[in-house]
Amino acid sequence: MRKIIALLAIFIAISCSKEKQSVSKIEGKRININDSITTNQEIEDFIKPFRKRIQEDMNKVLSYASKDMHKNDGKLETTIGNLMADLVKSQSEPIYKKRTEKSIDICILNHGGIRAPIQAGPIKTRTAFNVMPFENSIVVAELTAENVHGMIDYLVKAKRAHPISGLTIKLDQNDKLVEALVNGKPIEANKTYAVVTSDYLQNGGDRMDFLKNPESLEILDYKIRNAMIDYFKTVDTIPAKLDGRFIQQ
Amino acid sequence: MKRRDFIQNSLASSAFVTLGGLSLQSFTANSAKKHITILHTNDVHSHIDPFGANHPRNPNQGGAARRASLISNIRKENPNTLLLDAGDIFQGTPYFNYYGGELEFKLMSMMKYDLATIGNHDFDNGIDRLYAQLPNANFEFVSANYDFKNTVLDTHVKPYKIFMKDGIKIGIFGLGVKLAGLVDKRMYKETVYNDPIETAQDMSRILKEEEKCDLVICLSHIGYNYKRNPERPSDLKLARATKDIDLIIGGHTHTFLPKPTIEKNSKGESVLVNQVGAYGVYVGRIDFYFDAEKNVIANGKSIIV
Repeated sequence: MRKIIALLAIFIAISCSKEKQSVSKIEGKRININDSITTNQEIEDFIKPFRKRIQEDMNKVLSYASKDMHKNDGKLETTIGNLMADLVKSQSEPIYKKRTEKSIDICILNHGGIRAPIQAGPIKTRTAFNVMPFENSIVVAELTAENVHGMIDYLVKAKRAHPISGLTIKLDQNDKLVEALVNGKPIEANKTYAVVTSDYLQNGGDRMDFLKNPESLEILDYKIRNAMIDYFKTVDTIPAKLDGRFIQQ
Repeated sequence: MKRRDFIQNSLASSAFVTLGGLSLQSFTANSAKKHITILHTNDVHSHIDPFGANHPRNPNQGGAARRASLISNIRKENPNTLLLDAGDIFQGTPYFNYYGGELEFKLMSMMKYDLATIGNHDFDNGIDRLYAQLPNANFEFVSANYDFKNTVLDTHVKPYKIFMKDGIKIGIFGLGVKLAGLVDKRMYKETVYNDPIETAQDMSRILKEEEKCDLVICLSHIGYNYKRNPERPSDLKLARATKDIDLIIGGHTHTFLPKPTIEKNSKGESVLVNQVGAYGVYVGRIDFYFDAEKNVIANGKSIIV
């Protein structure tokens, strides 16, 4: 009897798997994850220390803003854009100099890359994450004078407050270029210029094609957000200024 | 083979006779109850905590700890459940910036994810740091159209994986989106992107004809549909251009489908395409019920969405 039961069990196992199975019915739906579902305590307890460390770090006060700064508080330049371009240039300069023995001439970023304003009051680590949520990293592209002119043409045509530093542009009332200077000097035809920017823009983001084929490219392995955090730590109150670097007369 | 069948059958009939109570009818009915549940997420983007109460679109929604409860309840209801993710696990909250994907993978392992595919944002810290996070994942990754031969991921990501659940053979292959123009080359390095639709045609043949899978699932991160760029490979194009795929689980386009789409494949058969938006706000659930093939041929197949 025991033998027969064993054989039967084997038969059921083999026979069931052998009988060709096919889908007879499919049901499909989505389930919303909301507060009607109880929290799994084991998962929650596991997350807690990770969350706590982030929150402590995010809430650290690094610096101070004397007024609200946002990306539409000027027409062709903005306080937050000037801050970003200036700090990316100044934070990158020592790294670039150490590696190449050259100085950075210009910084260009994109207006769209500023994702949040900086509010008057304490600046926290969180501020840097809000303004710059992307992982964009800093690169320095060495451009020919021709490509620097390409950059100026791009800015003049765009008439948008793309953050710039080291470069001043004057337009007349008909949007025609009056003057473009790099660190106060006219652009020299046979010179190359070191332009610090983000990897995103250098790779063709926002159609900044003048950055695409540089004479040389230095990858700093330094995220823009980290440059912001490092910079905030060094200043007591961040500057909020419009200084006429890109103006229409 | 025939003779063996016969012997087993004759033995069985005598056994049935001996045991009396167990009838052939009940045996057939029993085998008809096979039921496989597929649960899936996509584009969770490091959203570990629920959205706050003031979030404009998804207030009080999402959260890994709630997702874990839902999943374990469904697993209790049906142990023959597979939990899948269609990529872009990484990037979107400081959890990723601070821990590089460690927590995402550890939580997914605790939730007992079975398989995932790789999204473009999973390369955000570079392929080397993605590789470095793999020990935190107790589940595997599949991608059939990314060729990782000349990268650190070589042999760590397989084109497909086969699961056996209650005697049902389930083949799942992965597909990734074109990386050039989307991800910095310095991040994905020597990863080679192959055409996802041609790859899927190959994969479905291998899984259906060679591996003889009962269910074929595509875990895709190529995007649901590109209305303004209809030539671009998408899940809907993929569904129409292939055969023998039962389910396409999508990602990348953050498409919040209220219910799965039913599309016709190249043989005119139905294929389900699903995608549950992003950020862990939804979990997709697809239930497959099985019956003997002859019964399905006789009674047809029903799809309820």
